Amino acid sequence: MLSRVADSIYWLNRYIERAENIARFVEVNLNLLIDCNVVVEQQWEPLVITTGDAEMFRDRYSTPSAENVVRFLTYDETYSNSIISCLSAARNNAKSVRDAISSEMWEQVNSFYFMVKDSSPDGSLPELPDFFAAVRTASHQFAGVMDATMSHNEGWHFGQLGRLIERADKTARILDVKYFLLMPDGLGTALDELQWIALLKSTSGYEMYRKAFHQINPRDVARFLVFDREFPRSIYSCLLRAEKSLYCISGNGGTWSNSAERTMGKLRSQLDYMSIEEAISLGLHEFLDETQSRLNFISQGISETFFTLEY
Amino acid sequence: MQLSSYQLGEFYDELFLADGSFRPAATTLLDRVATLSIEQLQHHQQMAQLALLKMGVTFNHYADNQSTEKILPFDIIPRILPIGEWKWLEQGLKQRIEALNLFLADIYGDQKIIKDAVVPAELIFSAPGFLKPCMGLQPPRQIWCHITGTDLVRDKDGKWYVLEDNLRCPSGVSYVIENRRVMKSTFPQLFESTPILPVEDYPSHLLSTLMHLAPESLLSPTVVVLTPGIYNSAYFEHSFLAQQMGVQLVECRDLKVANGYVQMRTTKGFQKVDVIYRRIDDEFIDPQAFRSDSLLGVPGLMEVYRAGRVAIANALGTGVADDKAVYAYMPQIIKYYLDEEQIIPNVPTYLCSESNQQQYVLEHLEKLVVKATGESGGYGMLIGPQSTALERSEFADRIRANPRNYIAQPTLCLSRVPTLFNDGLAGRHVDLRPYILHGQEIYVNPGGLTRVALNDGSLVVNSSQGGGTKDTWVVQ
Repeated sequence: MLSRVADSIYWLNRYIERAENIARFVEVNLNLLIDCNVVVEQQWEPLVITTGDAEMFRDRYSTPSAENVVRFLTYDETYSNSIISCLSAARNNAKSVRDAISSEMWEQVNSFYFMVKDSSPDGSLPELPDFFAAVRTASHQFAGVMDATMSHNEGWHFGQLGRLIERADKTARILDVKYFLLMPDGLGTALDELQWIALLKSTSGYEMYRKAFHQINPRDVARFLVFDREFPRSIYSCLLRAEKSLYCISGNGGTWSNSAERTMGKLRSQLDYMSIEEAISLGLHEFLDETQSRLNFISQGISETFFTLEY
Repeated sequence: MQLSSYQLGEFYDELFLADGSFRPAATTLLDRVATLSIEQLQHHQQMAQLALLKMGVTFNHYADNQSTEKILPFDIIPRILPIGEWKWLEQGLKQRIEALNLFLADIYGDQKIIKDAVVPAELIFSAPGFLKPCMGLQPPRQIWCHITGTDLVRDKDGKWYVLEDNLRCPSGVSYVIENRRVMKSTFPQLFESTPILPVEDYPSHLLSTLMHLAPESLLSPTVVVLTPGIYNSAYFEHSFLAQQMGVQLVECRDLKVANGYVQMRTTKGFQKVDVIYRRIDDEFIDPQAFRSDSLLGVPGLMEVYRAGRVAIANALGTGVADDKAVYAYMPQIIKYYLDEEQIIPNVPTYLCSESNQQQYVLEHLEKLVVKATGESGGYGMLIGPQSTALERSEFADRIRANPRNYIAQPTLCLSRVPTLFNDGLAGRHVDLRPYILHGQEIYVNPGGLTRVALNDGSLVVNSSQGGGTKDTWVVQ
C-alpha cells in the first residue's frame, strides 16, 4: 500500500487514541475532585505534566486552574494535542485515505469531530462528565467500527500499530506522573488509595485490577499497568499485539528484518523477562521514561522503514 | 401540496407544460409530490442534506482566505428528461466528443485543420490551453479526451444548446451518483414505479476507460487517481471515484519518476504506475515541462508520458479544445472531421478578436453575456441584463485591452425546474452537465448533473456562486 496512506492510517488511530486518553485523564480527575475536597491547584497540574507539554501550558495560561487545564486539553486549537486538535488531525488523516478505509470509519471520525466541535459552539466549557464520557465512547466506537468493517489487511495493521503504541505511551505517562507524586512507600492515607483507584480508572483498569489483585497497592498497580499480559491497556499487552501487527505487515516469520521490528522486539523482550521488582529497583520513573523513549524509537523505526523510504 | 399555485412565468419549465399541466414524463413524480405536505417535503429535504453531510459529500469553498467545508445545496425535486429527448442529446454528445478528439489529435499532430484554413492558426496558438510541449504526442489508442463534462442549456423556446465543453478535469459526477443514492432513500416507491435509467455504473465505465489505455500485455495494470490533496475543492470526488473503482488515490508526493517509469512509494518499496487519471491541471503536473515555479507535480512525468511508458487521462493539452473562442468553431470542426452537421447547436458566439464582432459586442453589452475564454467556474463573466453601467464600462475596457480573451453570447433564458423553498415550490433556472467517457466506445452517463441557480432570477448555477444540484432522471 502507499506509504502515505499507511502513515495516515497509523496517525489517524494515534490521534483518536490520544483524544480518548486525554478524556480519560480529565474525567478521572473530575471524579476525584468530587470524592475529596483537596486543594484544587495541586490536582490539575499533574494532568498537564502527563501530556509532556507543561511548558506550552505555561506559555498560554497563568494558573493551572481547573478551567484553564480543561480548556487547554479540550478546546485549545492552538495546542496540537488538545482533544479538538487531535480530532481535527484524525479527520484530515481519515479524509486523505477515505478510499482506503471503510465509509463507516470515515463517518465515525467525521461525526466524532463534529460532536467535539459542536459541544462548545461559543467556546464555553461543556457539561464535563457527559462530554468526556462521550469522547471515550466515540473512540471505542471508532475502534469497533474499524475492527468490524475494514479488512484486517496491511492498512488495518498500521492502524493497530498506531493505536497500540499511543496507548502504551499514555499508560506509561500516567503511571509515571502518579507514581512520581505518590512515592510508593506503602499505602498511607485514604486519599492515596483514592488516587490509585483514580489512576486505575483513568485506564479503565479498576475493575480488571480488582479481579486480578483484590487489594490496592502501588506495586501491584504498577505491575498490572506495565506487565499484565491480558489487560488491553497495559504496556506489555500493547507491545505484544503491536509486534504481531508489525510481522503481519512485513510477512517475516518473527526474525527482525528492519529497524521497526528490531526496536519493537527489543522492548517487548525486555518486558518478557523483567519483573516489577527489577523495574522499581532501577527506579520506576527512570524505567518508564526509558520505555517512552523506546516507544518513540519504535515509531521512528516504523516511519523510516515504511513511510519515508527513498528510491 | 397544491401545485396549482406554482408560477410558470415566461419560462420553459422542465416539469410543467405551458398550460400548467404536468409533462407526461413528470406525472408520476408530481402526483406523488401533490400528496405530500410542504412540511413533509422539507423534512425529506433536510434528511437528504444531512445524509450528504454525513457521507462527507462536501466541497471546500474558499472566501476571504478562509476555507469552509460545505455540502452543495441539494434540492429534492428532480429534473426529468424523457428518454426520446435524451437519446437525441446522447447522439449529439457522442458526435461532439468524437470530433473534439480528432481535433486534438490533429492540433498536436499535422494541424491539417489549420492548413485547410478552417480554424485560424492565430486562434489556436494564442489559446492558453494550447501546450507546445504536447506537439507530436501520441497518447495511447489515440484518445485525448477520455472524460468530458459538457454543459447544456435549454432556452425559453425549449431548444437545447451546448454552452461549453470541459475537457480538462470536469468535476461533479460524484454528485450525480450520491444525489441518486439519497433520492432513492427519499422516494423509494417512485423508483419502483418509474423506469429511471441508472447512473450508478459510472465508476465501472470509468475504470474500463482507464484500463483500455494500459498496454495489452499487462495482465493487471496499476491505475491511480491523482489528486492535488484534501484541500482541493473537489477532493471528495477524487477519493470517491478511487474508492468506487478500487484503485489507489495518489498525491504528487507519492509519485516519483525513476528508471524511466512513474513509480509510487509503497510500504514495500516502489511500484510502477501504468495509468493516471489526473485531477490536476496540466500546468501543475510536471514542473520540469510546464511551470518551474510550481511546487506541485511530478518532475519528469512528461518525459515518461511522451515515451509512452505511462498513460494519462485526460491527455495533457486538451484545454485547447474547450477554449471558449475555439468553441465558436465547433460547427466547422464537426463538419471538417466527420462531414456531419452539428446535432446539438452552439449558442451563437461573438469573438471579440474579430473587429466587426467586437464592435457589435461593445454596442450591445447590456444584452449579452461576456465570458473570459480561459476561465471557468462562472468567474470572469459579465451578465449584461443584470449588470450596472459601471460594470459594463469596466468590461468594455477589458475587452478592448485583450480582445482574444473574450467572447460574448446572447443571454439565454435558461429553463426552470420547480425547487423547494420555505413557502413552497418556485421555479429556478438550471443547466445540465452530462458526463461522457471515451474508451473503447463513447459512453454517456444517462442524465448528468443538473445544477440549479437557487437565487431568485439568477442565471449563475456555479456552486461557488449560490448554485445547488438536483437529481436528473431519464425516464423511459
